[in-house]
Amino acid sequence: MSNSSEIKAKRPLSPHLQVYKPQMTSTLSILHRACGVALALGTLMVAWWLIAAATSEAAYGIAMGFASTPLGGFMIFGWSVALFYHLSNGVRHLFWDMGYLLKIEDAYKAGYLVLLSTAILTCAAWCLALAS
Amino acid sequence: MKLKWENHGIKTHLGRARGLGSAGHGSDHWMKQRVTAIANIPLVLWLVFSIVSLKGASYKEFTSWLSEPLNAILMILFILSTFYHAKLGSQVVTEDYIHNEGLKIFKLIGQKLFFFGLGVACIFSILKIAL
Repeated sequence: MSNSSEIKAKRPLSPHLQVYKPQMTSTLSILHRACGVALALGTLMVAWWLIAAATSEAAYGIAMGFASTPLGGFMIFGWSVALFYHLSNGVRHLFWDMGYLLKIEDAYKAGYLVLLSTAILTCAAWCLALAS
Repeated sequence: MKLKWENHGIKTHLGRARGLGSAGHGSDHWMKQRVTAIANIPLVLWLVFSIVSLKGASYKEFTSWLSEPLNAILMILFILSTFYHAKLGSQVVTEDYIHNEGLKIFKLIGQKLFFFGLGVACIFSILKIAL
Protein backbone atom coordinates (compact mmCIF):
# COMPACT_ATOMS: atom_id res chain seq x y z
CA MET A 1 0.00 0.00 0.00
CA SER A 2 1.51 3.30 -1.06
CA ASN A 3 1.36 6.37 1.10
CA SER A 4 -1.32 9.05 0.74
CA SER A 5 0.80 11.61 -1.14
CA GLU A 6 1.60 9.00 -3.82
CA ILE A 7 -2.09 8.23 -4.22
CA LYS A 8 -2.81 11.92 -4.51
CA ALA A 9 -0.14 12.36 -7.20
CA LYS A 10 -1.68 9.58 -9.31
CA ARG A 11 -5.16 11.05 -9.29
CA PRO A 12 -6.35 12.30 -12.68
CA LEU A 13 -6.68 16.04 -12.96
CA SER A 14 -9.85 17.72 -14.15
CA PRO A 15 -9.45 19.78 -17.35
CA HIS A 16 -8.12 23.18 -16.42
CA LEU A 17 -9.59 26.32 -17.92
CA GLN A 18 -6.38 27.28 -19.72
CA VAL A 19 -6.31 24.04 -21.77
CA TYR A 20 -10.03 24.13 -22.42
CA LYS A 21 -11.29 25.48 -25.74
CA PRO A 22 -13.74 28.32 -25.02
CA GLN A 23 -17.27 27.45 -26.08
CA MET A 24 -20.17 29.79 -26.69
CA THR A 25 -22.15 28.14 -23.89
CA SER A 26 -19.40 28.46 -21.27
CA THR A 27 -18.53 32.00 -22.39
CA LEU A 28 -22.15 33.15 -22.06
CA SER A 29 -22.35 31.38 -18.70
CA ILE A 30 -19.39 33.20 -17.15
CA LEU A 31 -20.58 36.43 -18.79
CA HIS A 32 -23.91 36.02 -16.96
CA ARG A 33 -22.00 35.91 -13.68
CA ALA A 34 -19.70 38.80 -14.56
CA CYS A 35 -22.69 40.96 -15.52
CA GLY A 36 -24.46 39.94 -12.32
CA VAL A 37 -21.46 41.05 -10.24
CA ALA A 38 -21.23 44.32 -12.18
CA LEU A 39 -24.94 44.96 -11.60
CA ALA A 40 -24.59 44.13 -7.89
CA LEU A 41 -21.91 46.85 -7.70
CA GLY A 42 -24.24 49.10 -9.70
CA THR A 43 -26.60 49.14 -6.71
CA LEU A 44 -24.16 51.74 -5.31
CA MET A 45 -25.01 54.08 -8.19
CA VAL A 46 -28.76 53.54 -7.67
CA ALA A 47 -28.31 54.23 -3.95
CA TRP A 48 -26.28 57.38 -4.66
CA TRP A 49 -29.02 58.61 -7.02
CA LEU A 50 -31.86 58.05 -4.52
CA ILE A 51 -30.02 59.17 -1.37
CA ALA A 52 -28.79 62.33 -3.13
CA ALA A 53 -32.34 63.14 -4.23
CA ALA A 54 -33.55 62.70 -0.64
CA THR A 55 -30.70 64.84 0.75
CA SER A 56 -30.79 68.09 -1.23
CA GLU A 57 -30.99 69.63 -4.67
CA ALA A 58 -27.22 70.30 -4.52
CA ALA A 59 -26.44 66.63 -3.68
CA TYR A 60 -28.72 65.54 -6.53
CA GLY A 61 -26.90 67.95 -8.82
CA ILE A 62 -23.54 66.35 -7.94
CA ALA A 63 -24.87 62.85 -8.70
CA MET A 64 -26.40 63.97 -12.00
CA GLY A 65 -23.22 65.89 -12.77
CA PHE A 66 -21.20 62.70 -12.45
CA ALA A 67 -23.71 60.83 -14.63
CA SER A 68 -23.14 63.37 -17.42
CA THR A 69 -19.32 63.10 -17.39
CA PRO A 70 -17.73 60.80 -20.01
CA LEU A 71 -16.78 58.30 -17.27
CA GLY A 72 -20.30 58.41 -15.80
CA GLY A 73 -21.85 57.97 -19.21
CA PHE A 74 -19.53 55.07 -20.00
CA MET A 75 -20.43 53.38 -16.70
CA ILE A 76 -24.17 53.83 -17.29
CA PHE A 77 -23.82 52.47 -20.83
CA GLY A 78 -21.85 49.47 -19.50
CA TRP A 79 -24.49 48.82 -16.85
CA SER A 80 -27.26 49.01 -19.46
CA VAL A 81 -25.54 46.34 -21.59
CA ALA A 82 -24.88 44.18 -18.49
CA LEU A 83 -28.51 44.64 -17.41
CA PHE A 84 -30.02 43.65 -20.75
CA TYR A 85 -27.67 40.70 -21.11
CA HIS A 86 -28.32 39.45 -17.56
CA LEU A 87 -32.06 39.95 -18.12
CA SER A 88 -32.13 38.11 -21.47
CA ASN A 89 -29.88 35.28 -20.33
CA GLY A 90 -31.81 35.11 -17.05
CA VAL A 91 -34.93 34.34 -19.07
CA ARG A 92 -32.96 31.57 -20.83
CA HIS A 93 -32.09 30.24 -17.36
CA LEU A 94 -35.76 30.26 -16.39
CA PHE A 95 -36.57 28.19 -19.51
CA TRP A 96 -33.82 25.72 -18.53
CA ASP A 97 -35.32 25.53 -15.02
CA MET A 98 -38.64 24.53 -16.59
CA GLY A 99 -36.86 21.82 -18.58
CA TYR A 100 -36.84 23.51 -22.00
CA LEU A 101 -33.93 24.30 -24.36
CA LEU A 102 -31.67 21.74 -22.69
CA LYS A 103 -30.52 20.06 -25.93
CA ILE A 104 -27.14 21.43 -26.95
CA GLU A 105 -28.35 22.81 -30.30
CA ASP A 106 -31.32 24.51 -28.57
CA ALA A 107 -29.03 25.98 -25.89
CA TYR A 108 -26.85 27.41 -28.69
CA LYS A 109 -29.82 28.82 -30.60
CA ALA A 110 -31.21 30.42 -27.43
CA GLY A 111 -27.72 31.78 -26.70
CA TYR A 112 -27.64 33.61 -30.05
CA LEU A 113 -31.16 34.84 -29.35
CA VAL A 114 -29.94 36.21 -26.00
CA LEU A 115 -27.15 38.13 -27.75
CA LEU A 116 -29.61 39.49 -30.32
CA SER A 117 -32.07 40.49 -27.60
CA THR A 118 -29.28 42.24 -25.66
CA ALA A 119 -28.33 44.24 -28.74
CA ILE A 120 -31.94 45.15 -29.58
CA LEU A 121 -32.89 46.17 -26.02
CA THR A 122 -29.69 48.23 -25.58
CA CYS A 123 -30.21 49.96 -28.94
CA ALA A 124 -33.89 50.63 -28.21
CA ALA A 125 -33.19 52.12 -24.78
CA TRP A 126 -30.38 54.38 -26.00
CA CYS A 127 -32.21 55.42 -29.18
CA LEU A 128 -35.21 56.44 -27.04
CA ALA A 129 -32.95 58.22 -24.54
CA LEU A 130 -30.94 60.11 -27.14
CA ALA A 131 -33.94 60.97 -29.34
CA SER A 132 -35.99 62.53 -26.56
CA MET B 1 -26.89 -8.37 2.10
CA LYS B 2 -28.31 -5.08 1.02
CA LEU B 3 -27.47 -2.15 3.23
CA LYS B 4 -30.17 0.25 4.31
CA TRP B 5 -28.79 3.28 2.43
CA GLU B 6 -28.59 1.39 -0.86
CA ASN B 7 -32.34 1.85 -1.14
CA HIS B 8 -32.84 5.24 0.44
CA GLY B 9 -29.50 7.02 0.24
CA ILE B 10 -27.89 7.93 3.53
CA LYS B 11 -30.85 10.03 4.63
CA THR B 12 -33.45 9.02 7.16
CA HIS B 13 -37.06 8.78 6.02
CA LEU B 14 -37.87 11.95 7.96
CA GLY B 15 -34.92 13.76 6.35
CA ARG B 16 -36.11 12.70 2.89
CA ALA B 17 -39.67 13.80 3.61
CA ARG B 18 -38.55 17.20 4.86
CA GLY B 19 -36.25 17.65 1.86
CA LEU B 20 -34.16 20.32 3.57
CA GLY B 21 -30.71 18.98 2.66
CA SER B 22 -27.55 19.02 4.77
CA ALA B 23 -27.60 22.77 5.41
CA GLY B 24 -31.23 22.63 6.52
CA HIS B 25 -32.43 25.02 3.82
CA GLY B 26 -33.31 22.70 0.94
CA SER B 27 -34.11 24.52 -2.30
CA ASP B 28 -34.99 27.74 -0.44
CA HIS B 29 -32.09 29.81 -1.84
CA TRP B 30 -32.61 28.47 -5.37
CA MET B 31 -36.35 29.22 -5.30
CA LYS B 32 -35.90 32.74 -3.87
CA GLN B 33 -33.40 33.50 -6.63
CA ARG B 34 -35.99 32.46 -9.25
CA VAL B 35 -38.90 34.30 -7.63
CA THR B 36 -36.90 37.55 -7.40
CA ALA B 37 -35.66 36.97 -10.98
CA ILE B 38 -39.26 36.81 -12.23
CA ALA B 39 -40.20 39.91 -10.22
CA ASN B 40 -37.13 41.73 -11.56
CA ILE B 41 -38.23 41.38 -15.21
CA PRO B 42 -41.15 43.88 -15.14
CA LEU B 43 -39.57 46.05 -12.42
CA VAL B 44 -36.29 46.53 -14.30
CA LEU B 45 -38.08 47.21 -17.61
CA TRP B 46 -40.25 49.80 -15.82
CA LEU B 47 -37.16 51.45 -14.27
CA VAL B 48 -35.29 51.61 -17.59
CA PHE B 49 -38.34 53.12 -19.30
CA SER B 50 -38.72 55.61 -16.42
CA ILE B 51 -35.05 56.67 -16.49
CA VAL B 52 -35.25 57.15 -20.25
CA SER B 53 -38.37 59.32 -19.96
CA LEU B 54 -36.86 61.24 -17.00
CA LYS B 55 -33.80 62.18 -19.05
CA GLY B 56 -32.98 65.86 -18.55
CA ALA B 57 -35.51 66.18 -15.72
CA SER B 58 -34.84 68.86 -13.10
CA TYR B 59 -34.62 68.08 -9.38
CA LYS B 60 -38.23 69.24 -8.89
CA GLU B 61 -39.47 67.14 -11.83
CA PHE B 62 -37.69 64.05 -10.54
CA THR B 63 -38.87 64.38 -6.93
CA SER B 64 -42.46 65.07 -7.99
CA TRP B 65 -42.31 62.01 -10.28
CA LEU B 66 -41.07 59.87 -7.36
CA SER B 67 -43.79 61.35 -5.10
CA GLU B 68 -46.52 59.72 -7.18
CA PRO B 69 -47.67 56.68 -5.19
CA LEU B 70 -47.39 54.22 -8.09
CA ASN B 71 -43.82 55.29 -8.87
CA ALA B 72 -42.78 55.23 -5.20
CA ILE B 73 -44.31 51.77 -4.70
CA LEU B 74 -42.70 50.35 -7.86
CA MET B 75 -39.35 51.88 -6.89
CA ILE B 76 -39.51 50.28 -3.42
CA LEU B 77 -40.44 46.94 -4.99
CA PHE B 78 -37.56 47.35 -7.45
CA ILE B 79 -35.11 47.97 -4.59
CA LEU B 80 -36.39 45.02 -2.52
CA SER B 81 -36.39 42.55 -5.40
CA THR B 82 -33.12 43.50 -7.11
CA PHE B 83 -31.10 44.01 -3.91
CA TYR B 84 -32.29 40.67 -2.55
CA HIS B 85 -31.48 39.03 -5.89
CA ALA B 86 -28.01 40.63 -5.77
CA LYS B 87 -27.47 39.35 -2.23
CA LEU B 88 -28.41 35.81 -3.27
CA GLY B 89 -26.27 35.91 -6.42
CA SER B 90 -23.18 37.40 -4.83
CA GLN B 91 -23.46 34.81 -2.05
CA VAL B 92 -23.14 31.99 -4.62
CA VAL B 93 -20.21 33.72 -6.35
CA THR B 94 -18.37 34.08 -3.03
CA GLU B 95 -19.11 30.47 -2.06
CA ASP B 96 -17.72 29.30 -5.41
CA TYR B 97 -14.51 31.33 -5.57
CA ILE B 98 -13.37 32.17 -2.04
CA HIS B 99 -11.76 29.06 -0.57
CA ASN B 100 -10.36 30.52 2.64
CA GLU B 101 -13.01 29.66 5.20
CA GLY B 102 -12.48 32.75 7.37
CA LEU B 103 -12.40 35.19 4.48
CA LYS B 104 -15.44 33.50 2.95
CA ILE B 105 -17.57 33.93 6.06
CA PHE B 106 -16.31 37.51 6.49
CA LYS B 107 -17.24 38.32 2.88
CA LEU B 108 -20.62 36.57 3.08
CA ILE B 109 -21.62 38.52 6.19
CA GLY B 110 -20.27 41.74 4.68
CA GLN B 111 -22.29 41.28 1.48
CA LYS B 112 -25.44 40.50 3.43
CA LEU B 113 -25.05 43.66 5.54
CA PHE B 114 -24.06 45.73 2.48
CA PHE B 115 -27.20 44.95 0.48
CA PHE B 116 -29.47 45.15 3.52
CA GLY B 117 -28.00 48.49 4.62
CA LEU B 118 -28.00 49.98 1.13
CA GLY B 119 -31.55 48.73 0.53
CA VAL B 120 -32.81 50.34 3.74
CA ALA B 121 -31.07 53.61 2.78
CA CYS B 122 -32.76 53.53 -0.65
CA ILE B 123 -36.21 52.78 0.74
CA PHE B 124 -35.88 55.49 3.38
CA SER B 125 -34.86 57.96 0.65
CA ILE B 126 -37.83 57.03 -1.52
CA LEU B 127 -40.23 57.43 1.42
CA LYS B 128 -38.68 60.75 2.43
CA ILE B 129 -39.22 62.13 -1.07
CA ALA B 130 -42.66 60.60 -1.54
CA LEU B 131 -44.25 61.37 1.83
